[in-house]
This record gives sequence, structure tokens and C-alpha cells, in this order.
Amino acid sequence: MSGGVGDARVVVVGAGPAGMAAARAAAEAGAPVLLIDSGPGLGGQYHRQNALARQERFTLPDGVEHLPDSVVWALEKVPAGHRVHVRTGPADGPGRRGRSIDTRALVLATGAYDRALPFPGWDLPGVTTAGAAQAMAKGQGVRVGERVLLAGTGPFLLPVAESLTAVGSRVLGVLEANDPAAGWLTEPAGLLAGRGKTGELAGYAALLARHRIPYRRRSTVIEAHGTDRVEAVTWARLDRDWHIVPGSERRIEADAVCVGFGFTPQLELAVSARCAIRDGFVTVNTAQATSVPGVFAAGELTGIGGAVLSADEGTVAGTAAARTAGARSASGARPGPPVRALRRVRSGGRFAAALGRAYPVRPGWQGWLREDTLVCRCEEVCHGALRRAVEERDALGVRSMKLVSRAGLGPCQGRICGRNVAELTGLPESGVAFARRPLAAPLRLSELAEPPPGAATPEPPAAPAPPTDVTPAPPAPHEEQE
Amino acid sequence: MVTPTSSPTPAPHASDRMTPAPDVVVAGAGVIGAACAEALSAAGLRVCVLDRGAPASGTTASGEGNVLVSDKGPGPELALAQASRRRWPELLASLREELGPAGAEAEWDAKGGLVVATTEEAVTPLTAFAAAQRGAGVRADEIGADRAAELEPQLTKGLTAAVHYPEDAQLQPVLAATTLLAAVRARGGEVRSGVTALGVTTHASGAVSGIRTSGGIIPCGAVVNACGPWAGHFAASAGVPLAVLPRRGMVLVTGPLPDGTVRHKVYDADYVGAVASGDADLQTSTVVESTRAGTVLIGSSRERVGFDDSVRVDVLRELARKALGLFPVLAQVPVMRAYGGFRAYAPDHLPIIGEDPRLPGMWHATGHEGAGIGLAAATGQLLTELWTGRQPVVDPAPFRVDRPAVTEEGRAAA
Ligand SMILES: Cc1cc2nc3c(=O)[nH]c(=O)nc-3n(C[C@H](O)[C@H](O)[C@H](O)COP(=O)(O)OP(=O)(O)OC[C@H]3O[C@@H](n4cnc5c(N)ncnc54)[C@H](O)[C@@H]3O)c2cc1C
Repeated sequence: MSGGVGDARVVVVGAGPAGMAAARAAAEAGAPVLLIDSGPGLGGQYHRQNALARQERFTLPDGVEHLPDSVVWALEKVPAGHRVHVRTGPADGPGRRGRSIDTRALVLATGAYDRALPFPGWDLPGVTTAGAAQAMAKGQGVRVGERVLLAGTGPFLLPVAESLTAVGSRVLGVLEANDPAAGWLTEPAGLLAGRGKTGELAGYAALLARHRIPYRRRSTVIEAHGTDRVEAVTWARLDRDWHIVPGSERRIEADAVCVGFGFTPQLELAVSARCAIRDGFVTVNTAQATSVPGVFAAGELTGIGGAVLSADEGTVAGTAAARTAGARSASGARPGPPVRALRRVRSGGRFAAALGRAYPVRPGWQGWLREDTLVCRCEEVCHGALRRAVEERDALGVRSMKLVSRAGLGPCQGRICGRNVAELTGLPESGVAFARRPLAAPLRLSELAEPPPGAATPEPPAAPAPPTDVTPAPPAPHEEQE
Repeated sequence: MVTPTSSPTPAPHASDRMTPAPDVVVAGAGVIGAACAEALSAAGLRVCVLDRGAPASGTTASGEGNVLVSDKGPGPELALAQASRRRWPELLASLREELGPAGAEAEWDAKGGLVVATTEEAVTPLTAFAAAQRGAGVRADEIGADRAAELEPQLTKGLTAAVHYPEDAQLQPVLAATTLLAAVRARGGEVRSGVTALGVTTHASGAVSGIRTSGGIIPCGAVVNACGPWAGHFAASAGVPLAVLPRRGMVLVTGPLPDGTVRHKVYDADYVGAVASGDADLQTSTVVESTRAGTVLIGSSRERVGFDDSVRVDVLRELARKALGLFPVLAQVPVMRAYGGFRAYAPDHLPIIGEDPRLPGMWHATGHEGAGIGLAAATGQLLTELWTGRQPVVDPAPFRVDRPAVTEEGRAAA
């Protein structure tokens, strides 16, 4: 259990490349660190560990306490920093333990999940996100299908093709909706900064060639067919804005489709902390500090640039967080700036920006939908219902849109559909519109009702006593509404 | 600021020059503004409703949608609540005729309320309260534990008293508000979002001649301030300070549950104690109820924290704890989300409805605190009756604008 408000501990949320690097850097700078992640192991999505093998591939320095299977469900501002509310234990099992930690230096490295765009049939079993397919392959050695089509945008589709091939799926093609040759490769700054990446990409090109996997630009999956699961897929050529080129539609037999249209950062904790957000990403300064004192952000929360850049950002954030927490090295010195990581973040940031420009999501996707295409799968809200919510019910704000259409109110709370709903209906701030979640993760009513854990918080843990001074007078008329 | 526009040159128009100037502009498209606009347009007035954000996205989107008589003791607010309870179903029925069933769907459900005591101390206040309500014409049936268990099988067995209020009802606030706005539009009125009311313009006589907005001046005969918890800001900018304060509330929403888990609006009689501790920063009087989607709403807290919307875990914990006290069966149910909003209240905790004697043509409809959804129908009705000079449905005097608690404290705060 943590100490009180004066706790010098750095708390890092997310144990992907950014969070691990942050934890390591903060510990090396002399700060005690708590590293929290919802997964059972280290590595996050990128280094998805094989859950069956369960070996710990990553080692962390002493001074880092790793809290696996732990979800941060709320973030509260307290006078000297932030209080992080955590539940530990398998999400669906009983007996998760609660814990609250106060910290003056919080590093958010909650990453991003891949974005799926809706199209007719995307709700059929057999359609997954590229990330989920990769997790199944890398984490459990399971293949999503025998004949798989990959579609989306961005270089991150390529490692997915590799993972699927490795577990024996036949990858029928990688469909890239943009035309990257006309994009970032021709951008001098991006090209320069991404030099390391071009080598990586060449490796994937060889893989595609070896397995005879066609790589098609300006194409995508526009429909999945089947009754109980995907049996076939229609793909088509796209114009620059992703409108379907008429007559280019082709049907192909497939039992799985994996889609990934960039990434949506996992923003709720950053939003809870009131970090400034621009274009859907948390804004940070050169020390990875957000607009909120004591809160740092690293990795894909701040922009999409791959694992290496994320780790460098983590190093910078962890070092800065250690300074904020008042850490001193063994010799009593304040931690110095991580010069190399800082330099790499600067050039890597250019790469990430170039990447973002080269692989945008173009508005033409909205034309792939039909009236009855589901947009929110949890609550089964179709495109037509969203349109009607706007036209007939003035649902021009996030909350009214949710309440009128029910989009985003299901189990995923808009994590999958939020951005798509916002863009389809023209809601303001489409990147964050659905990320306002005071409860950052679901928890059981009994868990929420538990008295505050132990000495974690300065306030007395006792549950409020029932009122004792009950007067028989009727309550004033205002106190008891609702 | 009040900007006199007595000069002969017309002020720039925000509205389309082809459309005639509205008789009245309603600032704020929450359920209260929508209800006023609906009633005024039904009386034949040309109405324009504007909102700085999206319609029904303010406090109204935070409301749980309870239309209650059970929680009000005899007095002016109960009278307004009873009028509103009668008005809502009539209004929705007539709008169904006018707009069609889909256009007027507001998930009205007269499911009834159940107020229960779980301690010996709470028995006397609850039964005394119910008796007083019966005297005011509320149906408040004291029932035994068996009957309570029949009405609500999953309810805790440890009841010491229970009162059934068959008149309690609920609706979905955003659907209700947008139904009202659809009617305004259908009658030729206008609803504009993204337009902020900044003040008013006046004739040489001092009466309102228009409303100044972020989109320009809209000439009109009168303005209704229905800005909810922000009504004080708009009133001050129009030169007529009004004491309207925010009181925060949080609500928990569970995942969908099997039908019949929670059947009525069930709440504990604790609120009697909560009132006794009048000035506490935090009070909760838990209401547990299911919605048509199968989720259960657990609300809500009352916190005096200004417009601060940051999460407070102690508040959520308290709501959860009380809900479990009523429905132990909910222990393993997942809470999917929490949300909150700011109730507008006047220092004397009564709504403010009527014309402002300090500024002819300026009307207010706000301060409904935790009951604006329920009270909206009668509020629109009352305001329109005052406007047209018809016999008002309830005595308007307790809600008048120039109560010292509202205008003097408003001046002090401004
Ligand atoms: C948690 C919670 C639960 C509740 N539960 C219930 C319940 O069960 N039953 C019940 O009856 N009541 C309930 N209430 C109370 C109810 O929600 C409110 O009384 C009601 O919504 C008030 O409506 P309104 O139209 O006055 O305010 P709002 O809905 O806030 O509308 C005011 C509008 O004015 C706009 N606005 C503000 N300033 C300007 C400006 N300068 N120019 C233009 N537009 C402006 C805002 O954008 C907003 O849309 C609850 C409240 C809360 C917070």
C-alpha cells in the first residue's frame, strides 16, 4: 500500500514499449516506480507475449513494482497530485482487489487500439481488427481464418500479415486504402527521419513476395458476405478520397477479414486528468509533460510512430517524472536529461507526423455504408438511425447523440464506434467526443461500494454513518427530487 | 450588457431577412427551454430557440427522467409537480397526433415509485411525510412488507416501512426535449444550435427589443432565459442579475439486466436525514430504476462544488453503497459508466418562472434544481398562461422573479 500525499513514487499506467521504458528510466533516475497494466505480462500490444508460454521476456530494474492484471478505473485530482484507483485480478473473476495510490508524477502510456471502419457485413463473425488478429496469432497461436484478407491503411498492416502467415493463415492480400508511394516516401523530412523504418519495410516487402501476397494500393474491403460468418468479401479500388471506383468491385472467397485504419488512442485517463488534446492526441512538450502539472504522456497517446519512438518517449517521460517526484540518484544528483532519447524523439516525431499525413483516414469511407449498416455493434445502431437522430432529434451533441441513438452506450462505451459515429454525424471534437469516461473501466457495484482501501488515502476509511439527527419534519421540497 | 438600439438604422440581423422576426427568442434548448418554446408556439407565437451548444445536451442530458410527486412535500413545488404530472401524458399524446408516433416517442412510463425505510428511525418521518402528501392530493399508499416484495421482488427484505406512489413516472429527457423542439419546428419555429445569447437590446422605453447573440442581433418582442445552471450568467449580461447556482449530481449506469430486476423507481427514505444535514457538501438520496434499454440508473448525488466536473470517487462509492442497501442482488452487476451534470437552483430552492419586472420583455424559466424534467411540462404551460393572461394552472406567486432570494442575492453575487 502506498504512502500518503508526499509519496515519491512514479506511477506508470500501461506496460507497452512506452510504459516499460518510462518505468525503467524513472527507476534508473532513482525513483520508486509502480507500473500498472491490465494485461498479465509486460509488453503491451506490440510485444504481445505468448500467453501460453508465459515466460517473462522483459526484465525491469529493481525499484519497479509491476502490477499486472490491473485496471485503472478512475483518476482523481488530489491536492498534491493524482490518486490512481486500481482493481487487480482477472476482470471476470471474483475477488479483485482494490487499491488507490497517490502520486505526484504520473506517466500515462495507455497506448492506442486499432480503428475499424464500418462497412456492410463488418459485424459478421470472421471480421476482426488487425490488432485482434495479431494478438490471437502472437498471444495464443490461434489463426482467425484459413483465407484472410487484410485491409486498412498504414505500415502496421504489414507486421500483421507476417503474424498471420506465421500461424499458417493464407493471406489473400494486403489492401492499402492510401497510396503511400505518393505520400510519405516522397516527403523529404519523413523519408529522412524514417530511414530506420525503410529497412524494416523492405523486410516486409520480401515477406509479401515470398508468400505471394498481393499488396494493393488504393483498395479496400467494402463488404463482407456470409450468413453465420464471413464466406466471401467484396473489395474495390478507391479514389484519392476513398470513394469507391465504380465497376472496380471484385468478390473473393475468404473466411476472415482483418481491418486496421490507423489507431485511436486510449484517451480516457488523459481526458479525466484534463490534459490538453489536439487532433485526437495528447499534446506534450519536449519533456513529454502534458498540459497538466505532474502528468506525463508517452507512446501512442501522443501520436502514432511505432514501438521504437514510443520507447524513446517513455524514456524521456520517465526521467522527467522522476525529477518531478523528487528522485535523486545514489550520489544524490538530480537525474540529468536523457539526451539520446530526446534527440531520437525529435526526429522520430517528424517520422510520426509524416506517417500521419501519408496514411490519413479519408472521408470517402462514409460512402461504403448503407442505411442498415451497423455502426455501433454493441447496441446495434445502424447508419440510418444515426442520420435520423440528427435530422429528427437534433442530436448534435455527444450526449444527446448517445441518448437518442444509444450508440456508444454498450459494453465498449464507444471505444470502437465513437470516432466513427462522431465523424458520420459531424459531432464536434470527433477525436475525444466519446472519450469522456469518468469511470475509465467497468467495475462491479460491490467493488465500487467497498470502503476506500486501507491507509492509501488520507481520508478516514469508514463508510458514512447513517443520519442520526432525523427530524420528523417533511423534507424541504428541493432536497429529494429525482 | 443592455444595449439601447433607439437609432433608426436597423441592427444587423442574425436571422434570414426573409423570415419575419420572432415574437420570442428562447435562450437555452434544454427541456425547460423546449417546453416553454413548445407551449408558446402552441399559443400561436413565432418562436426561435437557440442554444450555444447542441439542443438537449446540457443538464437535460444528465437527468434521469423521473417525473415525481413522491419526493415533494405539500407546497408550491408539489402543486407544480402535480400539474406537470397531469400535463406530460396529455402533451405527449397530442404531440403524437401532430408529429406521428416515432417523432413523439419519449419513453413515457408511468411505472410508479416505491419509497422504503430500512431503519426504525426513518419510519415515522416517512409515514408522516406520506400522510401530509395525501392531504395535498398525492396518492401515497402505505404498504406492508409483503406487498412491497410483490411489487419489487428483488428488494432488500430488511424494510421497516414502504410507501407506494402510483403516480410517479419517468421519461427519457433527451427524447422528451427533442420531441418538444420538433413540434416547435413543425409549427414554423426555429431551433438554432451553436448560437450563444450574449445580452439583450432594448427600446427607448426600456423594454426588450432583441437579443444579442454570437451570430448577431435577433430583433424580437421578448426573450426567455432558459439557460439552466448558466441562467445567472445570461441574466447578468442582460443587466438583471439573478441568483442561480449549480449543484452537481452524478449518476451510475449499470449494464443491461434481466427484465423485472428493478420494476419501479425505488428509493430510500434516507433523504429525510440528508435534509437534516442541510449544508453538507455531499448528499445522496439514492434512486434505483431501470430504463427501457434494461440498464439500471443509480442516482444521484448533490454536491456543492461549483461547475467542477472532475470525478469524485467517494461520491460514486456512496451511490453504489446505498443502491446495494436497497438491492443486494445488484452486487455483481457491472457499472458501465458514470455521468454528471449541474442542477440549477435558486437560494430558496424554488423554480423561477415569469417576467422580470426590472426589464419588461425579459422572462426567466430556470432554477428547477433536481426536478426540471418532471416540472418542464407545467413550466411551459404556466409561462405561456402568464404571457397570454389566461388563468394560470398553479399560483405563480411563489415562482415570481422578484423574490428577494433571487434578485437581491443575485445582485450581491454579481
Ligand atoms: C444527475 C442529475 C439527475 C437528474 N435527474 C432528474 C430527474 O430524474 N428528474 C427531473 O425532473 N430532473 C432531474 N434532474 C434535473 C434536470 O436535469 C434539470 O432540472 C433540467 O434538465 C433543467 O433543464 P434546463 O433546460 O433548465 O437546463 P439545461 O438542460 O442545462 O439547458 C440549458 C441550456 O442552455 C444553454 N445555454 C446556457 N447558456 C447559454 C447562452 N448564453 N446562450 C445560449 N444557450 C445557453 C445550454 O447549452 C443548455 O443546453 C437531474 C439533474 C442532474 C444533474
